[in-house]
Amino acid sequence: MEIRLLPWLRQSLAVLRKDLRIEFRTRYAYSALIMFAITTLVTVSFSVGGFVLDADITAALLWIILFFSAMAGLARTFVHEEETGTVTALKMAAQPEPVLIGKYLFNLTLLFSLAVLIVPLFLVMLNQTVLLPGALIAVILLGCLGLAGASTILAAIVAKAGAKSSLMTVLAFPVLLPLLFAAISATRVAFAGGLPQAIAADLLMLFFYDGIVVVASLLLFEYVWNE
Amino acid sequence: MLGPLILGIWMSGVIIASFLYMPATQGLGEMGRIIVYHVPAAWIAVLAYLMAMINSVGYLRRGQLHLDRQAQVNAELGTVFCLLATVTGAIWSRGAWGQYWNWDPRQTSIAVLLMIYAAYFVLRSAIDDPDRRARLSAVYAILAFFTVPFLVFIVPRIYFSLHPDLINLADRSFDMDSRMLVVFLASLAGFTGLYVWLYNLQIRLENLAYRLEMKRGE
Repeated sequence: MEIRLLPWLRQSLAVLRKDLRIEFRTRYAYSALIMFAITTLVTVSFSVGGFVLDADITAALLWIILFFSAMAGLARTFVHEEETGTVTALKMAAQPEPVLIGKYLFNLTLLFSLAVLIVPLFLVMLNQTVLLPGALIAVILLGCLGLAGASTILAAIVAKAGAKSSLMTVLAFPVLLPLLFAAISATRVAFAGGLPQAIAADLLMLFFYDGIVVVASLLLFEYVWNE
Repeated sequence: MLGPLILGIWMSGVIIASFLYMPATQGLGEMGRIIVYHVPAAWIAVLAYLMAMINSVGYLRRGQLHLDRQAQVNAELGTVFCLLATVTGAIWSRGAWGQYWNWDPRQTSIAVLLMIYAAYFVLRSAIDDPDRRARLSAVYAILAFFTVPFLVFIVPRIYFSLHPDLINLADRSFDMDSRMLVVFLASLAGFTGLYVWLYNLQIRLENLAYRLEMKRGE
């Protein structure tokens, strides 16, 4: 594996641009992601009714919604390439690692735009106050980085495994559990307030998780992509 | 045939000794006897999973299918022993803590370990082509291996756990009765022998099944 930073970056951005353009034509992945999140959110809010929930429970609910939305929407990046038969062209056009980075950036864009929409809606619908808004933004950012990272490499595996849709959630859950634990516990502190030390350890863990997932994906992606 | 016979006698001896020769532990009382089964089972699970990981890395580097079969057999055996460790742990937890399951950090981490390998087997069963199955499952196993140590090794040490530690880290000593130590070590050796025996049986079976498939394919 040869690392040349500039060509890598150029190719990654090209892959990202291509995916964004395709996405803007149909808006399928984004609408699926948004609709899934909104449906879940409305279901939760409706079944909770007028009750005010504990920060413990709302923090968990927020991440359950984000996790399952990511599973529903992010698997598509690679599955779409397999379905339309554009894999071969993409393989010829770019090195494996830039493809992964491009897809990762694309998934990240999707997930961030989802979070921007769904998190305020969540806070409004569940009457959740946020005592540490800065911490909440940091947790969402770091959480989305890791969620997109794990989803991207797993989407590549699922696409090669014949795009069985239920497989994605099964594979992602154990790998993402450390992230979910840390994110939920940090979100709880951000909602209910607390000492900065209580949240620092979780944020650090999220940060390292994100780094490890991206590095591991870069090392392993070649074996998934090339046959 | 001599090997399995010796192993059977050895393990029977360990079982008898664990009830008759070994004294009840201080503090934990009769419940402490389960250490003879619980800890070796957990140790074999870790060993088998580690071997599966080494085989998976080896497969990605060299692409030989027999390494994938070894990884599969190791993952299967690891899961069997991991289940045994979970069940014996839950029984002990009922006696010592009053509940079978209470999401102690150790219980959380072993549950996640089981879930990873359950997902690994689901992934394997979803793919028909042997080469593709070998490659994708190896990638998944390695990915999980990178990300999950967070939970398995770091979390139980950060968060407060009720799980007793065998090795006292402060003064680097075993706090175990000498008779208990003998039975424990004998059990550890017995379990390792059991693992080696089961592994050889399974690998022979898998190799034969593979050769049969090759013959049919011709």
